[in-house]
Amino acid sequence: MRQIIEGSHAVAEAVRLSRPQVIAAYPITPQTHIVERLAEMVADGELNGEYITVESEFSALSACLGASAAGSRVYSATTSQGLALMFEVCFNVAGMRLPILMTIANRSLSAPLSIWNDQQDSISLRDSGWLQFYAEDNQEAMDLHFIAYRVMEDHRILLPAFVCFDGFILTHTYEPVDVPTQDEIDTYLPAFTPYQKLDAQNPLSFGMYATPEYYMEFRYMIDQAMQRSKDVIGKAGREFGEQFGRDYSSLVEEYRMEDAETAVVAMGSVCGTIKDSIDEMRKKGKRVGLLKIRTYRPFPIEEVKKSLQSASTVAVMDKNISLGSRGAVGLEVKDALFGSDISIYDYIVGLGGRDIRKKDVAAIVDLAEKGEGNLFYGLHEEVL
Amino acid sequence: MPLSVGCTACPGRARDNKTGSWRVFRPTFKHSKCTKCGICSLICPEGCIEVGADEYYYPNLVYCKGCGLCAQECPAEDIEMEQEAK
Repeated sequence: MRQIIEGSHAVAEAVRLSRPQVIAAYPITPQTHIVERLAEMVADGELNGEYITVESEFSALSACLGASAAGSRVYSATTSQGLALMFEVCFNVAGMRLPILMTIANRSLSAPLSIWNDQQDSISLRDSGWLQFYAEDNQEAMDLHFIAYRVMEDHRILLPAFVCFDGFILTHTYEPVDVPTQDEIDTYLPAFTPYQKLDAQNPLSFGMYATPEYYMEFRYMIDQAMQRSKDVIGKAGREFGEQFGRDYSSLVEEYRMEDAETAVVAMGSVCGTIKDSIDEMRKKGKRVGLLKIRTYRPFPIEEVKKSLQSASTVAVMDKNISLGSRGAVGLEVKDALFGSDISIYDYIVGLGGRDIRKKDVAAIVDLAEKGEGNLFYGLHEEVL
Repeated sequence: MPLSVGCTACPGRARDNKTGSWRVFRPTFKHSKCTKCGICSLICPEGCIEVGADEYYYPNLVYCKGCGLCAQECPAEDIEMEQEAK
């Protein structure tokens, strides 16, 4: 049923419908509304799960780790400093192959302290072994939770996942969202069957130590599961489309890319702005398109290569910066197009909540076509 | 044997990890001043000093890491640490 609800509440509905058995989370702006609503649902008996209150994000994800190892479907949510505090546990969850779902309400990292949006937090966990999905709007944010559970819990995958959506821009925005019924989700997402679990009758230790003879092989196994997940995501996304009419069978989404000479590449809510900007540029005769990256991990290198092969210029908009290098998406796109004649430029945009407007997208396209790039876009030069 | 997903293991698997190869110094039990008090066995962090039929104590060199705690704590100073020959 279509409802006009806040992004955070749409995510809370998605979580409720996914029937998690254990939730452990610590409230932090701009994730707070998600976990407040979930706590309410548990207290009111609308969600039949255990809500563990904890004193920090480190404890939240540690509690989730234990609950997942015990065989439960598990959920958490965090952002920014909270995710940073979970850093160590994140690597352990992936290494122990526990399919925990965590929503990231994307926010910048301190210092300077900022509660506003960019994607530095989840990007900084790039190498941790978690799948990373980025939503453009609240409908997509909701849908990706169901798909993520399906993919993660597949015994060929067994990896945790972030569903990332932009803090405030989506979390605090009311949009029409088609909320599925419980019966529909029960059909799409069956109960979790653990691959292995903690059981006092059959004792098992998780995450034992590996000597130099075996450590690399364990890391290789995680990477192989990531690679396998590309097909599993595609299948789960296609089946979601067949049941609900919204297709997520590709790890990327193309917008007006058919004959595009200049392609913009981006992730998350800014894609909505970019689409509007592209419509305006198209009206003026510019052949511009958008390649939206929905799945950053695993990175859809083949899809990116295929989609961008006939463009002559590519402008990547990164809401993050690997300080001392470049934006994390730009680097991946350059890798995907290595050896081609395509001009690829990276633009660091929107850090710490700086707005990205349609005219900024148009200006970036102009810069790329002039061959100016690999820069921070829109710096206030007068204060530097 | 293939590696387990998530690096899991059933109880007792630490025995598969033969830590004796870590040893630089080997404890040599002289059994000349030994009073059979058993402190070496109690203090051993690996739990690899066992009592024999003769009631003397013997290190299991498959697991002994050569930490030297037994030699340090032996009240009779009966245990000497000797460098392993390569």
